[in-house]
Amino acid sequence: MNTVIAPALGLALAVDECTDPILELRGATKRFVRPLDAAARLANALGGSAKEEVVHAVDAVDLAIDPGEVVGLVGESGCGKSTLGRLAVGLLGLTSGQRWWRGRPLTALKPAAARAQQLKMQMIFQDPYASLNPRLRVMDIVGEAPLAHRLIGRKQQVEYVGLQLNRVGLDPTLMRRFPHQFSGGQRARIGIARALAVKPEFLVCDESMAALDVSIQAQVLNLFMDLRATLDLTYLFISHDLGVVEHISDRVMVMYLGRIVESGPTEALFTKPNHPYTMALLAEVGKVVPGKRAFIPIRGEVPSPLSPPGGCHFHPRCPYVMPVCHDVVPPLVAIAPGRRSACHLNAEATPR
Amino acid sequence: MSVPLLEVEGLRTHFFTKAGVVKAVDDVSFTVSKGEVLGLVGESGSGKTMIGYSIMGLIDPPGRIVSGRIVLGGRDLRALSPEALRQLRGNRIAMIFQDPMMTLNPVLRIDVQMVETILAHESLPRAAAMERSRAALVRVGIPSPDERLSAYPHQFSGGMRQRVAIAIALLNNPDLIIADEPTTALDVTIQGQILYEMQKLTRETGAAMIWVTHDLAVVAGLADRVCVMYAGRIVEEGTVADVIERPVHPYTQGLLDSVPSRTARGVRLKPIQGMAPSLADLPLGCAFRDRCGRSIDACLGAPETRMVGDLSRGRAVRCHNPLPPVAVLE
Repeated sequence: MNTVIAPALGLALAVDECTDPILELRGATKRFVRPLDAAARLANALGGSAKEEVVHAVDAVDLAIDPGEVVGLVGESGCGKSTLGRLAVGLLGLTSGQRWWRGRPLTALKPAAARAQQLKMQMIFQDPYASLNPRLRVMDIVGEAPLAHRLIGRKQQVEYVGLQLNRVGLDPTLMRRFPHQFSGGQRARIGIARALAVKPEFLVCDESMAALDVSIQAQVLNLFMDLRATLDLTYLFISHDLGVVEHISDRVMVMYLGRIVESGPTEALFTKPNHPYTMALLAEVGKVVPGKRAFIPIRGEVPSPLSPPGGCHFHPRCPYVMPVCHDVVPPLVAIAPGRRSACHLNAEATPR
Repeated sequence: MSVPLLEVEGLRTHFFTKAGVVKAVDDVSFTVSKGEVLGLVGESGSGKTMIGYSIMGLIDPPGRIVSGRIVLGGRDLRALSPEALRQLRGNRIAMIFQDPMMTLNPVLRIDVQMVETILAHESLPRAAAMERSRAALVRVGIPSPDERLSAYPHQFSGGMRQRVAIAIALLNNPDLIIADEPTTALDVTIQGQILYEMQKLTRETGAAMIWVTHDLAVVAGLADRVCVMYAGRIVEEGTVADVIERPVHPYTQGLLDSVPSRTARGVRLKPIQGMAPSLADLPLGCAFRDRCGRSIDACLGAPETRMVGDLSRGRAVRCHNPLPPVAVLE
């Protein structure tokens, strides 16, 4: 690839928003590689030129989350937001980069210590149907992890699970039931209770409300906000629904094809987006305001992550595309206190 | 209002299952005029999709249209023979489904599927049908239509597939398009593109459209009138401005309060309590009673649809104790 990477402004800038982050990813990169099969290897041995398929799901992302903060991560399907969430919580290993927890790199810890820290990070999954084992009772779904990690003894399980269920607004007398006996909204609550049962400090919520109806979604959104206040939780909140993200997040990061293209405090970012992609996304957020509006779409589609366009990934769809965008990756630079954006237009406006 | 294009009156579509009778659509009446976009809003299981299926004659056993009239351009669709209905389907009425992968036949090329749709209703030389298919792809904004015509559905992205499905629906210039959540499975920027095309196409062709969705934001920006559904019934009907700015049914009010972007950031939302009842086991009287903050003794009896406010605005509500029709929100 002929892509030239523009000189970054130094690592010091990368973590400017946070002073004492609870979780930090530095240069987090995840590549998924499909190795060549036998036929392709044979063809290559005979002079062919088959290449491995590589998806840069997450490409050198820096992420720092302060204790008690809610960071929203938005982007369209396939942009790598779920992968980034899984990297943050440790469900997937990094291809390169580092993961820090409360000021210490997690890789430097001994396995037992790392596991203890790992327990402080939990994930709430997208699909309340697929993420609960259909053959376990709620009591075991919620109680399994605290038992395994010796947070409770077997005798305390019923009482403990009851407390967890109460906290998420479920009737504890239902704990002997199976997941299929609950509605979607109740299952979402079970998923939340399960994550909270090991007393985490940091939660990754991956599209946790996408499968719910509006009225149920509002109930769960309220629950998230209440829990944050009572348990002092930190969230990484992943969603494609900008309305939900705007409502709950303190800070928002916008992702496009594996890279963060813009980040900043929610209000500033929603009122005055800087990156053309953010602008396009926000323009499409339907406000529930009556009156026919002209839908002015952004052209094109998200390109395949197998062969992303060079330079700025967004350039084939960007209304403000310039020659430089075709081959130079715009660095993610500070454009205002707490705000960063990766767009060559910023360099144009304020020459460094 | 002129003579409506589509008139649905007292439609009841029930499913006779072992667990009991599921009243998916229960006494629903509405009209759609030529060139009008009617939004049909409701949460999952409210019966909104089944209204579309009932109009198209796509209800399969154990489901059955129990009673009611569906009149399109003066003809009662329920009285038609299956063959006559088949002639209307895909010709005068077309439907666009939520999942374009399920609409398109995966083993047939796009051109085969498009030409088939035309030739099923018209006798036309193949070349002319092909030309019209090509024009239809251009109309929905598909680049390089000649190559795309000879492609298979799996070679298209989700957004492109939905465009093809729309192109097929529009091939025979239908009078009525029923769009069943066609943008729900798509990303926001792609949804914007599809909405843009649909808006342009209905304006150009003058076709009427029923837009079935759970997304109030889409309806607000696209539709002329809205019907809000709950548990198989239309609980409120009116112009978009009336329903969204001055809802009179407590359920509509609850739905609107549940939309996060309408409430200040970080403030608790005011969601509707509880959850929707099962359609197989609806409470007597008003189905919303148990979740409603305004329920009164009269709610034990089923409410009738009645007009509210200025009659010419076609505002109707099905509630014993509606909110006052004057501004609740600004």
